[in-house]
Amino acid sequence: MASGRNWNWFHRMGSPRWFYETTGRWLPWLWVLTLGLMLTGLVWGLAFAPQDAKQGNSFRIIYLHVPASFLALAGYYLMAIAGAIGLIWKMKLSYMVMKSAAPIGAALTFIALFTGAVWGKPTWGTYWVWDARITSMLILLFLYLGVLALQYAFHSQETGNKASAILALVGTVNIPIIYKSVDWWYTLHQPATIKFTSAPSMHPDMFQPLLVMIVAMYSFYALALILHTRVEILRRERKASWVRELALQAEPGGVAQ
Amino acid sequence: MSTPPLITVEQLAFERDDCNVFKPASFNVEAGDIVQLEGANGAGKTTLMRLMTSALQPTSGALLYKGRPINDCRYEYLDSILYIGHQSGVKMTLSAEENLRWMSPASVSSAEITQALDAVGLRGFADMPCYSLSAGQHRRVALARLHTSKAAVWYLDEPFTSIDKQGALALQQQLEIHVQQGGAVVLTTHQNLPLDGLRKYIVESHTDLGVQP
Amino acid sequence: MIAGSQGFAGYLRRDLLLAYRRRGEVASPLIFFVLVSTLIPLGISPDSARLAELAPGIIWVMALLATLLSTETLFASDYQDGSLEQLLISPQLLALSVLGKIVAHWLVTGLPLTMVSPLIGVMLSLPAEGLLPLMASLALGTACLSLIGAVGAALTVSLRKGGLLLSVLVIPLYMPVIIFGSAAVQAAVDGLNWLGPLAVLGAMLSAAVALCPLAIAGALRLVSNN
Repeated sequence: MASGRNWNWFHRMGSPRWFYETTGRWLPWLWVLTLGLMLTGLVWGLAFAPQDAKQGNSFRIIYLHVPASFLALAGYYLMAIAGAIGLIWKMKLSYMVMKSAAPIGAALTFIALFTGAVWGKPTWGTYWVWDARITSMLILLFLYLGVLALQYAFHSQETGNKASAILALVGTVNIPIIYKSVDWWYTLHQPATIKFTSAPSMHPDMFQPLLVMIVAMYSFYALALILHTRVEILRRERKASWVRELALQAEPGGVAQ
Repeated sequence: MSTPPLITVEQLAFERDDCNVFKPASFNVEAGDIVQLEGANGAGKTTLMRLMTSALQPTSGALLYKGRPINDCRYEYLDSILYIGHQSGVKMTLSAEENLRWMSPASVSSAEITQALDAVGLRGFADMPCYSLSAGQHRRVALARLHTSKAAVWYLDEPFTSIDKQGALALQQQLEIHVQQGGAVVLTTHQNLPLDGLRKYIVESHTDLGVQP
Repeated sequence: MIAGSQGFAGYLRRDLLLAYRRRGEVASPLIFFVLVSTLIPLGISPDSARLAELAPGIIWVMALLATLLSTETLFASDYQDGSLEQLLISPQLLALSVLGKIVAHWLVTGLPLTMVSPLIGVMLSLPAEGLLPLMASLALGTACLSLIGAVGAALTVSLRKGGLLLSVLVIPLYMPVIIFGSAAVQAAVDGLNWLGPLAVLGAMLSAAVALCPLAIAGALRLVSNN
């Protein structure tokens, strides 16, 4: 069948073994790329970028804060899309990606919140303000925690997968609504003391390292997701013969079952 | 060409966490059949039955109703089946009569409801809330549905549980009448039923098929 | 009397009858709402100016918690006694039957909360011009909460200790509702136009009516797999 042939790549991609072997070839390059970009971005941003006129050196936390915030949100969508693919095409690999994306996303959201608080202390004189973006981030963290909690609440792996995929999808529909509401809520209540101007024109010397760090964070995210998914594949496919062979190769003293 | 069987089960299989619950099942149910699903505890009898009622989606295989895939005639199929499971769906705060009324088709008259309750030996209990009835009586409330239902195919999961001897005999008679009138029954039970036209299907447990590459 | 025809109207009527049979249990969110309201002045201050300032938000938070309290039981008894299984194989559109259950749930929780809210408003010194917006926003908002909460209730119905998990799943999704609900009341108290936030609540409700039953139907089918 002609239409069947066109979809071959899609189904092959759904095979955990294919994913494991292909990403295995990519991994060394991804490591080099991630480490290279991270090192460049961090050294550039922390040591060579000029000081901020008002905030001094404390602004440099932006090089971690902004990329983490970016990926925290993008990660939620990736997780939800993976869940949707799993639900629609019943693809196991997709659930594994979704399951792996949840803790990574939650950790990045936490990092974004934490660095925000650390940054807030010297800038605003307080660790926590109910700013629109911070509040949205906090809600995002709760959404992640919900998906994580639901994933592990069921005895059955499969039910946990599907349930958290549905929840992730419901969350996806809600995220724009939540963000818009929180924005609106904040403009309604904006306290006069804190003027949060979002640096409309960042100096290129400051901006370029930030750009490098954002790309580095994307690369890091891809690396973390792939590593996590590979572990998940091995765990779930432990009975499959190719995983057993793999284990035997890695451990020459091992005994075949 | 002969008419297709009422229900065809084709290599029906269900995986729970990558393991098949039972060996893929294949058999037919014709009008006039009583099919007893037999197997050890945990072999997957209930799962197979729930697959046949289409409450569960099979992992692989097909379920055909009069030769058509179930997804093409889902509502028509659901209209012609009746399922009584382990939990009978009886609401404790409703009376026996209210429960039966709720679970029966809309066209069933009050007189028929009363008759059905009489027939299962609940005369005088119709207005009592079900929490004051015994387990056997709950089961009887659910089984009264067999009198009011117009469904052709009955799926009964352990229908003889907590029923006394008389009740069991009455139920057996009712099953025979139903299949004589052209209906079909699929049931699970560990009893040996002395019924004509009874066929057995052995559900074989399949605890570890594993994932093949 | 319940008719045998199931579907939307059937489930609506049946669940109302069931609620009527255990009215004591059904009244508990309402009692919770009223009781906790009396704690607020004790915990903050009897000063009516301060209470008036906090009243819109506080009433909304309590209404939200009261709804959450009752949401857990939405599908629980149906799951336990096997009715849920019957629902899944009834020859009606699952999403519509589910919507019938949710409407019944709103009629026995959201609506009573809405009706007593002016009383709580007066007790917490909410200015008179805020009372009508409070009722209107609660009427629309609690309906949203019932629908959203039902998604969580469906996902956790097979879990023994689903209660805490349910709040983790559902509270983040509740946030837009509480923002616009309390904003409508606040706007009215401040003499501003409160129809704007109310319209947003209406829009949220329409979206929830359209989408939540589908998610719930999917969730019920999958959790019944085990």
